[in-house]
Amino acid sequence: MPEVSSAQKKYLLRHKHEKQFVALMRLLLFAVFLLLWEISARMGWIDSFIFSSPCQIYETFITMCMDQSLFTHIGITLKETLLSFVFVVLLGIGTAVLLWTFPKLSAILEPYLVILNSLPKSALAPLLIVWLGANQRTIVVAGMSVAIFGSIISLHTGFQEVDPEKGKLIATLGGTKKDELLKIVLPSSVPLILSVMKVNIGLCLVGVIIGEFIGAKSGLGYLIIYGSQTFKLTWVLMSIVILCFIAMGLYGILGIIEKKYLRRM
Amino acid sequence: MKPLLEVRDVSLSYHTLQGETTALSHISFTLMPGEFIAIVGPSGCGKSTLLNAICGLLEIEHGSILMNQNPIGIQSRSSRIGYMLQKDHLLEWRSIYKNVLLGLEIRREVTPEKKALVDEMLSTYGLDKFKNARPSQLSGGMRQRAALIRTLALKPDLLLLDEPFSALDYQTRLNVSDDIGKILKKEHKPAILVTHDISEAISMADKVIILSKRPATLLRIVTIDLGMEERTPLASRNAPEFKSYFNLIWKELNQNA
Repeated sequence: MPEVSSAQKKYLLRHKHEKQFVALMRLLLFAVFLLLWEISARMGWIDSFIFSSPCQIYETFITMCMDQSLFTHIGITLKETLLSFVFVVLLGIGTAVLLWTFPKLSAILEPYLVILNSLPKSALAPLLIVWLGANQRTIVVAGMSVAIFGSIISLHTGFQEVDPEKGKLIATLGGTKKDELLKIVLPSSVPLILSVMKVNIGLCLVGVIIGEFIGAKSGLGYLIIYGSQTFKLTWVLMSIVILCFIAMGLYGILGIIEKKYLRRM
Repeated sequence: MKPLLEVRDVSLSYHTLQGETTALSHISFTLMPGEFIAIVGPSGCGKSTLLNAICGLLEIEHGSILMNQNPIGIQSRSSRIGYMLQKDHLLEWRSIYKNVLLGLEIRREVTPEKKALVDEMLSTYGLDKFKNARPSQLSGGMRQRAALIRTLALKPDLLLLDEPFSALDYQTRLNVSDDIGKILKKEHKPAILVTHDISEAISMADKVIILSKRPATLLRIVTIDLGMEERTPLASRNAPEFKSYFNLIWKELNQNA
């Protein structure tokens, strides 16, 4: 270990303090927000029937945890999200590989993919319910519909951007297009695939919630719609908070996988 | 002795929506077994195109290319021709060892004998300690040597070198070209080197082929005889005849420019 100069130590310390300050401020901001919300509700500055309050949300959370109904809802939403995510990843990579292998096919399909991608997918949900029925399968499809087209487009674009000289290398070594795919395109696209996945897990959650709004009897999306229709706004707000945590958690897990992979490189 | 490679009256054009560009026009030359040929010419004249055609990556429109008396077709991407590109293109997600085995892997020829050959070359050329290293941990010269071993592992009968030193700084470049020249001599590999560096061409080659600007036609073939028994690229640069060859080729290129 080389001796660290005092100026370097000072710099490191200042850096650490800055980071601590930012973390502290973040927490403080959240705490102040909760406190203001609670006080406003108790003092009657806002209508707690509509806006609920942190304490009410907490109580509802505990009650629903006690009777275990909350876990069912969370479990179903999570399951649907993960299922649609897995399908998006498999179908997305598969289709992108197909388009990369057959450039003519991609030229033909390109405008359709762009249109489907820019379409607001929530517009499809009512159709899906009618076509596929009000069941979990529909909700998984709704989740997929939000993420799939964008994934295909970004993955395919990424595959095409792989250095053509590397493809030439494979050809000079006597390889085929399949070798180029397996030895060059896919391995060099792992960081891209991971970052596309990170974006898509959130999109799948969005799609699943849209699906649950319309055609579910359980899940957090259902809880939100049911709560709003029966004016149990505490339920709605609690579900939203839980969704925040789920989204953060899923994104975080993929972030960790990505970091691990990049460090291994 | 029969020639290893015969290029006979080869012409080739590129086709784009903007029109047709003739890259090569009626090029002919032969390469004997064990011979080292350098091709020089202005940049963009079609030197790389010629290598691509010899390798079978591009289809020629006119003429023929024969290797051991057999035509080279686009389908034959033949195992007998090794190709070293301008950049080493070592794959960052593979270790040096895995990179060097890439060609054998593609041809499904990763046998114990071939692995032993690769191990031997790695240690001969000073890379055995870096077998498990990532390409980014190697210097430019070491990377270029690894790329050469990757090509030689396939035991090519002929080696094509497309400005393989151009990405290196001057000093590394001299050392690496010396290294690679010695390696090729040791392995008795005939080779065709494309370069825009006249000194490099004279220092390494037995014959220098001078191409004109686009569309490339053959201006002249200069046979290099430096009167040395043990020729290495670095030693060649000190030969008394070096300068006159340089001037000869320089003049030929300039007249055409």
